[in-house]
Amino acid sequence: MSLFEHKISELHELLHKRDLSVSDLVDESYKRIGEVEGKVQAFLTLDEENARAAAKALDEKVIQNKPTSKLYGLPIGIKDNIVTKGLRTTAASKILENFDPIYDATVIQKLKHAETVTIGKLNMDEFAMGSSNENSGFKKTYNPWNLDRVPGGSSGGSAASVAAGEVLFSLGSDTGGSIRQPASFCGVVGMKPTYGLVSRFGLIAFASSLDQIGPITRNVEDNAFLLKAIAGYDEMDSTSANVDIPDYIASMTGDIKGLRIAVPKEYLGEGVNEEVRKSVMDALVILERLGATWEEVSLPHSKYALATYYLLSSSEASANLARFDGVRYGYRSPNAENLLEMYKMTREEGFGEEVKRRIMLGTFALSAGYYDAHYKKAQKVRTLIKQDFEKVFEQYDVIVGPTAPTPAFKLGENTRDPMTMYANDILTIPVNLAGVPAISVPCGFDKGLPLGLQIIGRHFDESTVYKVAHAFEQATDFHKQQPEL
Amino acid sequence: MSRISEEQVKHVAHLARLAITEEEAQMLTDQLDKIITYAEQLNELNTDNVEPTAHVLEIKNVMREDRAKEGLPREEVLKNAPEHQDGQIKVPGIME
Repeated sequence: MSLFEHKISELHELLHKRDLSVSDLVDESYKRIGEVEGKVQAFLTLDEENARAAAKALDEKVIQNKPTSKLYGLPIGIKDNIVTKGLRTTAASKILENFDPIYDATVIQKLKHAETVTIGKLNMDEFAMGSSNENSGFKKTYNPWNLDRVPGGSSGGSAASVAAGEVLFSLGSDTGGSIRQPASFCGVVGMKPTYGLVSRFGLIAFASSLDQIGPITRNVEDNAFLLKAIAGYDEMDSTSANVDIPDYIASMTGDIKGLRIAVPKEYLGEGVNEEVRKSVMDALVILERLGATWEEVSLPHSKYALATYYLLSSSEASANLARFDGVRYGYRSPNAENLLEMYKMTREEGFGEEVKRRIMLGTFALSAGYYDAHYKKAQKVRTLIKQDFEKVFEQYDVIVGPTAPTPAFKLGENTRDPMTMYANDILTIPVNLAGVPAISVPCGFDKGLPLGLQIIGRHFDESTVYKVAHAFEQATDFHKQQPEL
Repeated sequence: MSRISEEQVKHVAHLARLAITEEEAQMLTDQLDKIITYAEQLNELNTDNVEPTAHVLEIKNVMREDRAKEGLPREEVLKNAPEHQDGQIKVPGIME
């Protein structure tokens, strides 16, 4: 049995009693990476020497003082769009191929304070733009459950590394579903917190009004431990919210009697695979048995979410990615004669196809004469989408539906037409537009491929989301199944 | 009717500082046309009296004290620069 089949609370206990050392855990990580990484390809950079040194230092320290942090000594993987001081960070883009950050993201500072050990940086779609990891500028990642399938994206490496047992847990980022969809595809637990709960300082920006960092773990309790460690107000992120971070674990009582669940009919409609629909209906039966009630509701503007999202996120991306110009950091084209040419050739050569497409769409949507028709219109529709959620949350505690319309698809299956790839995120995107928190937890299998249940909550009500996810998890054993590699 | 012409695509590429190829210009014209056509479904909605949402939280005008802080060390800042000289970042000629 892998050490990573233990929950954080169990590992903490073992470390506390010195029945286990941090070096044992770090060994487990690199041993597993040695065995399966050739198949899964989840990592872009490994940090073995530093991780082993950090483990040794933590082991020596524990002889003096018992660990206090719950996450003490635990091996973590970090999505490669979160900057790590002195550890190459690329956002899976050739334009940042040799980028060596000079500071740590706030979440990394917090993890260092909590004494986790960083194992390496994880593959993703370039600048987090994609749903399959096929847009990485460096390599493809494979789904541990079936190597012909994608791990999802954009946090595909983050989900695949946890599912494959290469790390205990990981951090991802979610702009339109990039934590939840790969968690669903890889059979792990992924949380996108409320917008503003976790500092984005040091997260390489894609769409600033939507981006949020969150944890990917093997179970719900671990997820809450990790979120608690990274959440909180940060003066370095002016969109960070100054709210108290509750004790999520305390909410996980298993008791959901009287809980009111809303099931949007739009989330079980056209395009949603039959097995996915069935797994959600089965999940509702379980939640009912646990004392919750559910009713069908409508989020009438759901069908407009995809168009709204692509206009807004691409517009924000076109502005955010203007900084990659070959001047201060990153790739610079060697072929240019003057400054303007240098900008243009650097960006042309440094960015991949999908990133260029979105920069083009965003630049167009923001350009003179089109701003009101596209960008501003989308911002107004965003208001309507947000209001849909607010209305439902007046009468219900959570919204439940599938995370993705299908299980993991095959590599190459959706790469030809950008629109078919975009449609994959149709059930996760509205959540980012509304800014509310949502989790994906394993809820079944379709021909050996994991499926995810999405549980959506009110702003800053992660506690209720975790409570429901935990109760469901305790009543099922989907999360206990492991891929064979 | 197409929503975007190849000429417009080339103009947008210039604004975005992308030296796209002829082949890319053709492909992007086709793809952006499809995406924009899809996005036009938003016009089905009457949004005359709807306020735009730029940000989901009620945070406004986050102020901080106007106080000087230490900057980054020069060597650190230059570490990732593609080219530098005499402690400054170097770029190709701006004027002829």
